[in-house]
Amino acid sequence: MTTVVKAINVHKSFNGQAVLNGVDLDVSDGEVLCILGPSGGGKSTLLRCLNHLETLDDGVVWIDGSIIGYELRAGGVLRELPPRKVRHQQREIGMVFQHFNLFPHMTALQNVIEGPVKVRKEPRAAATARGKELLAAVGLGDRGGAYPSQLSGGQKQRVAIARALAMNPKVMLFDEPTSALDPELVGEVLDVMRKLAASGTTMVVVTHEIAFARDVADRVAIMVDGTIREIGPPSDVLANPQDPRVRNFLARVLN
Amino acid sequence: MLSQAAPDTNRVGADALQQRSYKIVRLKHPGRWLSGVAVVILLALLVKAFADGKIQWDVVGKFLTAEVILRGFANTLLISFFAMILGAGLGTLFAVMRLSQNPVTRFVAWLYVWIFRGTPVLLQLLIWFNIALVFPTITIPGLFEARTVDVVTPFVAALLGLGINEGAYMTEVVRGGISSVDHGQTEAAKTIGMSRFQTLWRIILPQTMRLIIPPMGNSAIGMLKFSSLATAISFTEMLNAAQQVYFVNGAVIELLLVCAVWYLLGTTVLNIVQFYIERYYGRGVAGVASRPPFRFSFGLSRTAPRPANEERS
Repeated sequence: MTTVVKAINVHKSFNGQAVLNGVDLDVSDGEVLCILGPSGGGKSTLLRCLNHLETLDDGVVWIDGSIIGYELRAGGVLRELPPRKVRHQQREIGMVFQHFNLFPHMTALQNVIEGPVKVRKEPRAAATARGKELLAAVGLGDRGGAYPSQLSGGQKQRVAIARALAMNPKVMLFDEPTSALDPELVGEVLDVMRKLAASGTTMVVVTHEIAFARDVADRVAIMVDGTIREIGPPSDVLANPQDPRVRNFLARVLN
Repeated sequence: MLSQAAPDTNRVGADALQQRSYKIVRLKHPGRWLSGVAVVILLALLVKAFADGKIQWDVVGKFLTAEVILRGFANTLLISFFAMILGAGLGTLFAVMRLSQNPVTRFVAWLYVWIFRGTPVLLQLLIWFNIALVFPTITIPGLFEARTVDVVTPFVAALLGLGINEGAYMTEVVRGGISSVDHGQTEAAKTIGMSRFQTLWRIILPQTMRLIIPPMGNSAIGMLKFSSLATAISFTEMLNAAQQVYFVNGAVIELLLVCAVWYLLGTTVLNIVQFYIERYYGRGVAGVASRPPFRFSFGLSRTAPRPANEERS
């Protein structure tokens, strides 16, 4: 299987406080990887490093074979790319945020087609048709004309997923997509993500939903203190963790 | 005695309540009636004073639609409109500069606001009008050469003076608006590959508009009034036209009242326009887009639709 996401030796600190301490990661095409771990372990930061929302202090990230944010020159020189080229890379990476970050002045459908029309310069009619398909796929075929303020949290997050999918990304990153939702709305978002996973979308999901990780993920990674302590099939990692810190964390969340 | 009677009546009252036989008597407000009558009388006296005063109301009526006044008002509208456009453009430009990563750009934007907000607009108008004393000719090598006095007419001087001054105020307004847009919006735009300009133009500024329209509306109303300062540099806006007339016919108050009527009309229309612009940019915000159409309340409705905070007066 081809590797879609590859990261080596990722380091990141904020104000001298190390958040990522040399993370290595591989995600294959069509794979679903769930990243679990205690708060402050660096899960979200790792995700934001993968799509260059944060610049790395050290390390390299490849998405679909190209180094994100840099260009490899002769003699192993990594040269920082200009913003225009970084944007080309970023639009291949879909991102779903904890707080949705929908554009409040646009309807659901306008949110979804903004990228295709303005960034990829697709004809509006084609983008609209596809946008409606995507909204239907996330169960919101009839809500295209609604503004975000008229939607529930779960509906907003599903629009946000459709917006990311509209760019036909190589990989979808989910940054705690259900953490800001009322408990009764979590299920509808996870259902959409289940369908996505079943359709073969490559996904990296930072989440606290252990049950979702167990059911859907091909592999789970547990991050503690800026490193991946354990990674593997959920049956191994969740049932039989080796690392004491991981065992400690799982004991707390599973009970 | 009272202490004995009180529990007694309370008990009787309680029995009445038990039997559901009671009558609610609302508090009377005789003070409101008194003050209302007093104010109406004072207002009537004021109106009578002006009616009996030495004002030739027929002259007011005659000049209300006189061509010289109408032309002056047209100039007032024209200079206000273009100065407002210039101000909004400069305000947006310098607001973006103030939020730039580049310290030089940030400093220049700060300098602009510091100078043009820190000096009187009348002074700025006079400087622009007399700029030919500093630069007798304007030259763009190989392209353009002219005497400054020919280029900087009273209209151009008024436009620069009012517009650039307005821009300094707008910079702060727009900057505040941009800063208040959640950073997640920029990140979301980034993840779908939008450029920084697209993000600003399509995502940030439209959200800013909702916040800056109210102060901008106040600015527009202010501009309509401040444009009268251009009379000092002999730009023939309405006040200047009125002065020219009363220097000849001596009907000073009459012509000033004519101006007052037109200014009031102009600011009233601007209020209505602002209402509809606010409603447009409020789309997507719960409750704003569904506001009922504009209607004059004449200050009679007690709940203001929004705080009317005049920035300057």
